[in-house]
Amino acid sequence: MSTTRPAGGIRLTPHVFRLTFLPVWHRNFLVWKKLAIPSLLGNLADPMLYMLGLGYGLGRLLPDIGGVPYLNFLAAGTVCYSVMNSATFETLYSAFSRMHVQKTWAAILNTPLGLRDVLLGEWVWAASKSLLSGIAILLVIWGLGLQADFVMSLGLLPVIVLTGLCFAGLGLAINAVSPNYDFFLYYFTLAITPMVLLGGVFYPATELPAWLKAAADWLPLTHAIALARPLVLGQLPQDILWHGMVLLAYGLAGFWAACRLTRRRLLR
Amino acid sequence: MSSALSLKDLRKSYGETEVVAGLNLELAPGTCHGLLGPNGAGKTTTLRLALGLIEADAGSIELLGHRLPHEASQARMRVGVVPQADSLDPDFTVRENLLVFGRYFGLARREIEARLPALLDFAGLAGKADTRIDALSGGMKRRLALARALVNDPDVIFLDEPTTGLDPQARHLIWQGLRRLTAQGKTLLLTTHFMEEAERLCDRISIIDHGRLIAEGAPRELIAAHVEAHVVEIDGEDSENGCEHLAERYCRRCEKIGETLFCYTAEPQALIAALEGMPHLRYLHRPANLEDVFLKLTGRDLRD
Ligand SMILES: Nc1ncnc2c1ncn2[C@@H]1O[C@H](COP(=O)(O)OP(=O)(O)OP(=O)(O)O)[C@@H](O)[C@H]1O
Ligand SMILES: [Mg+2]
Repeated sequence: MSTTRPAGGIRLTPHVFRLTFLPVWHRNFLVWKKLAIPSLLGNLADPMLYMLGLGYGLGRLLPDIGGVPYLNFLAAGTVCYSVMNSATFETLYSAFSRMHVQKTWAAILNTPLGLRDVLLGEWVWAASKSLLSGIAILLVIWGLGLQADFVMSLGLLPVIVLTGLCFAGLGLAINAVSPNYDFFLYYFTLAITPMVLLGGVFYPATELPAWLKAAADWLPLTHAIALARPLVLGQLPQDILWHGMVLLAYGLAGFWAACRLTRRRLLR
Repeated sequence: MSSALSLKDLRKSYGETEVVAGLNLELAPGTCHGLLGPNGAGKTTTLRLALGLIEADAGSIELLGHRLPHEASQARMRVGVVPQADSLDPDFTVRENLLVFGRYFGLARREIEARLPALLDFAGLAGKADTRIDALSGGMKRRLALARALVNDPDVIFLDEPTTGLDPQARHLIWQGLRRLTAQGKTLLLTTHFMEEAERLCDRISIIDHGRLIAEGAPRELIAAHVEAHVVEIDGEDSENGCEHLAERYCRRCEKIGETLFCYTAEPQALIAALEGMPHLRYLHRPANLEDVFLKLTGRDLRD
C-alpha cells in the first residue's frame, strides 16, 4: 500500500450541503438486495391478507361505504397501514440490531461520517423501503382495478413517501430510547395498534363518537388515510396541505428527537 | 516534527467519577505508542475523545493538525480505527465489508477495489474474499477489522485491544502486520492488556490508571526506572517461613502473591546460590519486564 491520501470520490465537506448519508443508505440497500424478494413478500403478506380477507370476506356482508364496495374502501387504508408497518419495523427491529447488536453505527462513527449522517441514511432508507411496500400494494390495487381513476391514484406516491418519512422518523426516536427488542411491544400496543383501529383503516373515522374522533385526529395515520382514501376513490383530498404538514411535522419531530436521543445514547 | 495526536490536560467525567483526569499525551509521527492501564482505567474513553466522538469536559485535542471536536470529521478522514468490540458487518462477505466501509470515506468503488488485493493480502485473507463473516475464526475477524481500518490508507491508526481473545498464532500474525505498518511510516496508538505485546511493538508507552498518567517512556526506560533488573520467583511448601528471610537478606524488594514470592534484585547471584541449596523450593530466574512495572505501578488488586 502506498502512503498517498485518498483522492477522488465524494469530498467530505461538513459545512456545505452534504449527501454524506448516502453511503449509509447504500449499505442498507446492499443488505436488502440480498434478500429482496422474501423481504418484499414478507412486507406484502400481512397487509394483503387484511385487504383481501376482510375486503372479500367481510365486504360481502357489508353495504357499500359511500357508494363503493368495502374492498375498494379498504384499499387506501391498506396502503397506509403497509407503509406504516414497513417503516416502523425497519426503524425499530432492523435499526436496533444495527445500532445495538451489530454495532454497525459505532463502526460508521469512526469514519468521517457523523451521527446525523447515520440517522439521515437510516431515515431515508426506511422511507425508501416503505415506498416499495406502498408501491407493491398499489400494484395490487391497479391489478384488481380498485382505483376509480388511474391518474388520481398516482397521487398516492407522494402520500406514501410522506407517510414513510413520518413513521420512520417516529420509529428512530423510539429506537433511540429502547433498552431491548421487547420494548418495541409497548410502542406497538400504545401507538401502532390504536392507530390501526382508530385511524380509519377499516371504517371511516367519521363513524367514531366525537371525543374518540378528536383523539384519532391526533394520530398521524389518520392524516395519511385522509389523503390516500379520496385519491383511490378518484377525488381530490380536502385540506391537502394541512394533512401533509402534519405528517411531515411528525416525521421531522421524530427525526429531531432521534438525533438528540441517539447522541445521548451513543456519543457521551 | 509536530505530534500526530496531542492531548493536553484532558478531562472527562461520567457522573461523579472522573474517568479521564488531566491526561497529557503526545503521539510522535511514525511511532507505535502503547496506552496501558487496568480495566476501567480510561483507555477506550481516551481514544473516543481523541477521535472527537465524545466531548471533553476540559483540555484540548489536536489530531493530525485538526482541532477536535470541531474538525473531527476532517481528522477522521485520515485515521483508521480497530475498535475494542467487534463491529464487522455480519450481513456481508469479507470483500463487501471492505467495499462498504471504504464508501464511508467517500472513496469510489473502483478505488477501493484497486486496494482490495493489498488489503486482503495484508490481512492474510486473500482466499477468503467471498467468505461470510460468521464463517471466520476469531483471528481472521480481528485481521479483517485491521484491514478495514486501513481501507482509507490512514496516517494514524487507533487499535483498541486488537489481540484480546486471540491464540498465540493469531496474535503473532497481528504483530507482524503492526510492524509492517510502522515500517511504512504509519503512526499507531495501541491499547492492550498484554505487556509482552506492548514491550515488543511500542516505541513509547503511557501507563494510565484512574484516568491519570502514571508513567511514560520507552519500554526499556520504564523497566530500568521502576523495577530492579532481575526477578526471582520462588514457589514451595515452606515459602511461608525460610524463604522470606532469605529474600529479605538477598534482595531489595519482595512481594508475596498467593504461594509465590517475587524477589526483585539487581544482583541475583547470591540469592540463586542460596536457593540451590534448598531443593524443596522451586524457583524461576528471569529478567524484569514491563508486566513487573505495570503491576508495581497499578497494584495487584482486581479492578472489576
Ligand atoms: N458512556 C459512559 N457512561 C458512563 N460511564 C462510562 C461510559 N463510558 C465509560 N464509562 C466508565 O468509564 C470508566 C473507563 O472506561 P473505559 O472503557 O475508558 O476503560 P478502559 O480502560 O478502556 O477499560 P478496559 O480495559 O476494560 O477496556 C469505566 O469505569 C466505565 O464504566
Ligand atoms: Mg477499553
